[in-house]
Amino acid sequence: MDFGFCLSPSSHVKMDSVDLTTFNRLKETNPDLNTCIACGSCTATCTAGHFTEMSFRRILLMLQRGKEDEAKKMIQHCMLCGKCTLVCPRGINIRKILLDITR
Amino acid sequence: MNSQIFHPFVLPFVLGMAFVLTYCVVGLLRVIGQLPKDDRKKFWRSLVTPKTAWANIRDLVGDCLFHVKIWKRNPVLGYMHTAIAFGWFMIIVIGHVMLFTLKPLEGIELQGIERTLPNFYYPIFFKYFAEETPIFAILMDFFLLMIISGILIAVVKKIHSKIVGVKRIMHFGFADNLIRFALWTIFPFRLIAEKTNIMAFWWLYSIDLMVFMFMLPFTRYMHIPTEALFILLRHAGLKPREPRKGYALAQIYSCPSCGLCIDACPMSVNDKNSGNTSAYFMKRLRNGDREEAQRIAETCMQCGKCVAVCPVSIESCDIKMSQREAVPYTINSDHSYLDNVEPETKGNAKVLYFAGCMTQLTPKIMRAMKQIMEAADEKYAFLDKDGGVCCGRPMLLSGKTAEAQAMMAKNTELIKQSGAKRLVLSCPICYKVFKEEYQLEDIEILHHSQYIDELIKRGKLKVDKNDLNYVYHDPCELGRAFGVYDEPREVIENIGHLRKAKSEKELSICCGGSLGSFNLTQQERDEITTNSVNDLIFNNPDEIVTACPLCLKTFARKSPVAVKDIAEVVANQLK
Ligand code: SF4
Ligand code: SF4
Ligand code: SF4
Ligand code: SF4
Ligand code: SF4
Repeated sequence: MDFGFCLSPSSHVKMDSVDLTTFNRLKETNPDLNTCIACGSCTATCTAGHFTEMSFRRILLMLQRGKEDEAKKMIQHCMLCGKCTLVCPRGINIRKILLDITR
Repeated sequence: MNSQIFHPFVLPFVLGMAFVLTYCVVGLLRVIGQLPKDDRKKFWRSLVTPKTAWANIRDLVGDCLFHVKIWKRNPVLGYMHTAIAFGWFMIIVIGHVMLFTLKPLEGIELQGIERTLPNFYYPIFFKYFAEETPIFAILMDFFLLMIISGILIAVVKKIHSKIVGVKRIMHFGFADNLIRFALWTIFPFRLIAEKTNIMAFWWLYSIDLMVFMFMLPFTRYMHIPTEALFILLRHAGLKPREPRKGYALAQIYSCPSCGLCIDACPMSVNDKNSGNTSAYFMKRLRNGDREEAQRIAETCMQCGKCVAVCPVSIESCDIKMSQREAVPYTINSDHSYLDNVEPETKGNAKVLYFAGCMTQLTPKIMRAMKQIMEAADEKYAFLDKDGGVCCGRPMLLSGKTAEAQAMMAKNTELIKQSGAKRLVLSCPICYKVFKEEYQLEDIEILHHSQYIDELIKRGKLKVDKNDLNYVYHDPCELGRAFGVYDEPREVIENIGHLRKAKSEKELSICCGGSLGSFNLTQQERDEITTNSVNDLIFNNPDEIVTACPLCLKTFARKSPVAVKDIAEVVANQLK
């Protein structure tokens, strides 16, 4: 029966069983990552975000939760234009991090 | 004595010569064999085309013998190179000329094969075998002393480089030091041998030559024979396709590690980063250190200054690009969403303005351009007023040529749909890719500084002159890449007074914000920016004017004086 709405599947993440290898490797090669304040400037200015769901802030969140595949899928939309890097108030080298995730 | 078939002391030289000739021939065949087919065809054709053939001769003489380009940068170093290269060349030539007059000295018995073979070592050991005709003797001594004077400068440069105006020199390993020592002593030994005829010095001279030639292929001195090949390949108009093959290989061996690019590189403000300059990149590639080469390639800002100062014209930026392309990422770009992007403008505009990603971040440039085009009464339209598609150059810069195609195709489609015949861009980064990669047929591509200059000259735009002193920063991808130096300066002279920066035009220092670099951290970039700003405000201008949104944003972080885009200053002075 279709009510026009349904219960959404649980988005519960069990942090104990999450695989954080990628995120930890990334933090090692890009220590600036630790300074992110999740302000969302990168997302607000994103060129690809104008047309898609692309959001660097969310990519970080996905990686923190071990959702590596989802993150990589999102990166496919990136144009590497570098706007995010320029607006980041913490001077995080986002463009390089995006590349490093796919390395 | 007569049982010998030749004079034994020539043996080291003959062996060395045989080795080096074989090595060079094999190397030559290897480089040519590695060229892609169409490049090879281009190369053969260039050798017989009068125009390139003439350029070949001009540069072979001008660069290999006289080192004209080094003279222009630094006369002392120019003399040093000319003295050694040209002097050496001349004593070999004169030696061969004198073969015609060869009359063995009394007491010298030509032995065994020496009587029958045309002995190519006579010119090298001439005085041992024969009397020099007086006029030649003077010339020989002259050129020999010339070489030795060059070597003296080299010794001084090694001990104290600042005397000859070089701040940083490269440091070399054992092999390079040994061959250099051999090179420095060859000619003094020859001089002593000739003047005293002591056998030991003839031996030393011959052995020195052998050491030099055996080590040549494994040291930076390989640039001597390779540069000739590189000049021919360059004039054929080739591009390096793979970082360590064919044309690129010829370039790698043509770099003498002179280190001129180290001082020139903006990254060298930080001593640690001076190891990321082209000189080191070429060295790593030569040594086959792919990992380091890749890291350096990704650190470089691609500002092109090292190429501008390089006395050998090594196209290190192109080689770095091919190095970037060689590394596969698994980014698997998917830009299919671009199919749904609709044009903002369709129809009857004459001039289409594309702001590009960087200008989106500096909306004041867009506003200024709007004001200017309205004041000039132009029929214009914006391509990306509310955010557009990236031009594709940042993606290309990361070495992903195929991935950039989707963006380029979309923009091409949008531009063609607009019906405009002129495309005006505010960002030199876009300008470069539109000029070089886009197929826009009859649509004229202009940077906004050129466009504004034209509007003023045609009388369509009236501006007031004020009393401010401006300094202009040449954005790398507008200046060095396309030689657009005069138009922006002429615009500024209509607005106020133009002061000079310390380094200008092809020597302009990158702002440090370049999208070309992936690895530089914000701090490292800031150091570069501060250095570049100090260079600009050398003559105490009131304002810095640039013509690149990224330069603008970057300088604004560090500049003690106001930084403006050229469109902004013009818009402020509209009548
Ligand atoms: S702009 Fe920088 S600090 Fe803000 S969310 Fe993005 S990465 Fe984090
Ligand atoms: S580089 Fe990628 S993530 Fe950053 S603004 Fe451009 S499209 Fe967005
Ligand atoms: S790249 Fe050019 S300037 Fe740099 S070391 Fe080599 S030859 Fe010298
Ligand atoms: S392109 Fe610029 S940043 Fe890169 S090595 Fe050359 S001078 Fe340095
Ligand atoms: S921002 Fe300007 S100075 Fe810096 S690399 Fe780009 S064009 Fe050159």
